[in-house]
Amino acid sequence: MKQVFINGIGSITAQKTFDNTLFLGEIISYENDVLPVIDPDYKNFIPPAAARRMAKGIKMGVVASKIALDEAGLETVDAIITGTGLGCTVDSEKFVSALIDNQEAYLTPTSFIQSTHNTVGGQIALGLGCQGYNFTYVHGSISFESALMDAKLQLENGEASTLLIGGVDETGDHTIKIHKLIGHIKKERVKSSELLDSKTTGAIFGEGANFFVLSNQKKADSYAEVQALKTFNTMPLELLEAAANEFLKEENLEIKDVDVLILGNNGDVSFDMYYEALMKGAFKNTQQAYYKHLCGEFYTASSFGFWLGCKILKEQLVPEIVLLNEKQVANLGTILLYNQYRGENHSFTLLRKC
Amino acid sequence: MSQSIAITGMGIISAIGNNVAENYASLLNGSSGITKISKIDTIHRDAIMVGEIDFTNQELESILGLTPENNYSRTALLAAIAAKEAVADAKIADIKSWKTGLISSTSVGGMDMTEKYYYDYLENDTHRKYIEGHHAGDTTQKVAEQLGIEASLVTTISTACSSAANAIMFGARLIKSGKLDRVIVGGADCLSKFTINGFKTLMILSDTYSTPFDENRKGLNLGEAAAFLVLESEAVMQAENKKALAYLIGYGNANDAYHQTASSENGDGATLAMQKALAVAGIAPSDIDYVNAHGTATGNNDLSEGRALIRVFGEPRVPDFSSTKAYTGHTLAAAGGIEAVYSVLALQHNVIYPNLNFKTPMKEFNLRPQTVLKHTELNTVLSNSLGFGGNCSTLIFSKNP
Amino acid sequence: MGDLKQELKEKIIEQLNLEDISVDDIADAEPLFGEGLGLDSIDALELIVMLDKDYGIKLADPKEGKKIFESIDTMANYIAEHKTK
Repeated sequence: MKQVFINGIGSITAQKTFDNTLFLGEIISYENDVLPVIDPDYKNFIPPAAARRMAKGIKMGVVASKIALDEAGLETVDAIITGTGLGCTVDSEKFVSALIDNQEAYLTPTSFIQSTHNTVGGQIALGLGCQGYNFTYVHGSISFESALMDAKLQLENGEASTLLIGGVDETGDHTIKIHKLIGHIKKERVKSSELLDSKTTGAIFGEGANFFVLSNQKKADSYAEVQALKTFNTMPLELLEAAANEFLKEENLEIKDVDVLILGNNGDVSFDMYYEALMKGAFKNTQQAYYKHLCGEFYTASSFGFWLGCKILKEQLVPEIVLLNEKQVANLGTILLYNQYRGENHSFTLLRKC
Repeated sequence: MSQSIAITGMGIISAIGNNVAENYASLLNGSSGITKISKIDTIHRDAIMVGEIDFTNQELESILGLTPENNYSRTALLAAIAAKEAVADAKIADIKSWKTGLISSTSVGGMDMTEKYYYDYLENDTHRKYIEGHHAGDTTQKVAEQLGIEASLVTTISTACSSAANAIMFGARLIKSGKLDRVIVGGADCLSKFTINGFKTLMILSDTYSTPFDENRKGLNLGEAAAFLVLESEAVMQAENKKALAYLIGYGNANDAYHQTASSENGDGATLAMQKALAVAGIAPSDIDYVNAHGTATGNNDLSEGRALIRVFGEPRVPDFSSTKAYTGHTLAAAGGIEAVYSVLALQHNVIYPNLNFKTPMKEFNLRPQTVLKHTELNTVLSNSLGFGGNCSTLIFSKNP
Repeated sequence: MGDLKQELKEKIIEQLNLEDISVDDIADAEPLFGEGLGLDSIDALELIVMLDKDYGIKLADPKEGKKIFESIDTMANYIAEHKTK
């Protein structure tokens, strides 16, 4: 079975992550309920004829994928697999509101066309002239992990040798408003650094795109190896630790073999107990890290956690800003990622230094 | 990785029937389900025809035994009903007895509710329960709950009109890789103002019964439906001494990379998808007995797909083919799923369905679809699902592994 | 007619979000589709809606648009002849 290596990354988030030479050196702190993205200059990457139709999410996805491909030294790939929780929110909102406001008259096609979930994947393929396999996964907080799983299987089975995968979600004004009304977004603004102390319900939202080139070819500058991945549509809290143990056991590993546990805590007091169960339980002696105070919560935010894992393994350092517990001097060789959102769609991902 | 993928159960609800038997009867009788729209209040009501399912949402909720507090969108209601039929058809007594997953697909998700209550949400909390049901994945979570699938591999695909075919493909990959022993795969989409208006802006909706592959075709009829198959591994088949309804022997997905909505005129994506599927199946084009075409009756699709069929098979050797969309309408994400069910039924009953409403062959080539019901031995059926964003998928089904 | 042509250029730039183009960049006889301005089939659909909304001209068949939208000149001529608003 072939191995799976990460050979290129491209990230656009609320931190200045689109520059691959940086690694959370300069942190942007927020006191918001929704975090805005730090944009690269999209004009450098996308011709105006195409950009004129693109909402934020599409631009982020297209550019993040270009950055990843450039880093991997590739002009195209065998397959493109995208994950998105809400798809193209801005265009969906545009079309629905236009149809209601104008009572179905004088509607124009652009926002409808752009609103389909697989627009980002389709646009990337169009830009590269890539006629290969192209899937889009849309399953809440395992949208990115589903894309990763599909890519991993294809590489292991020899069905493809290079793939582009990514997670992307954008915020839309109306979507934000209604999620505030149902308490998914915190009522109050919270300082990034105090996110986990807030003890209130709801999360701080964000948006972003994180894309990766996966290959079965290891290179000198590969970031990491993806060793294993498992997703669960549901998970009772009391079975979480056992599930983590079993996941590691399937890879002939134990808890003590994990050097860093990267968690998706988002400051929502109603659901962070999953993370706390691991932090205070079986993994209490493991280096722990979190990231949603930097990027905000969105269905594909775990792709930023994946980015973090890749960077840690390549740079061999864990930035202070992501630490959840006392810094430990350790060989940074094995990273376990765990994420869930509102008690659903849990995932474990295992990354190894390569 | 030469594991065979057995199909052991099917479930479907569409404009031509509320279950597999009813759908099959309609196909045999040439009874199309295309009518004027009745359940959605749209200004386009007299300018379009659709494949609408008779049941109201209340009736669907009642069938599922849901309490009034439920927040199921119509998509979720249809999906749950079809998925349950499939699992029952596969005679699965205990869903937990094997590593079982669910791969569903949709393009509408909960948008049918969102468009109803879009501004209402801001005014009062009466309907806010539907907010959580908007995103595509939630529909699938509800189906998983209905089926009793817990702590398992469950996910959703959305690639426009090729979605359900792609769900079937990913399910097969998961079984072949040993990640799952069995998987329920398919998709669902309900009619919505969003899609009706969206397709209207593209000017590809017909105001009358659609005519796939006809020279004078005017566009498609939208439809709503849900369909699921149960796929099982060799190990499960042996352990339970089960017989397959049919086998999934080939599949392929390719991208046109031509234009955001139009298919390339030479059908590049469709050609590649069919070739990939044949390669996975390890068979030659001449082994295909029937093609269930995507055949939406748009100017663009039928031309592009027709050309692709010619490129893959050679014009004089294109197998008997027909589109069943004149029966059901174009059910978007569900299309690949319902047409998979129809392909398996074709194999089981050795029958090729008529391409309804066909009169005049297209001038660009010499292709005529099958226009009458044909009883003939079928061993291998190919099904196409070609979507927006150039996403093209082909599935190949066979009587034998 | 000159005013109409100016108006059309402004509308096209706005409706199609041509951020980098100014009215002076669009010549009256220049092809709008394919070469020239390089618009595509999605833009054609947008312009069809514009014809309806702003000038009351309804096109039943998108293929009719091909001739009408050849250039600013052809558009202006067609609109002058057929408008109902």
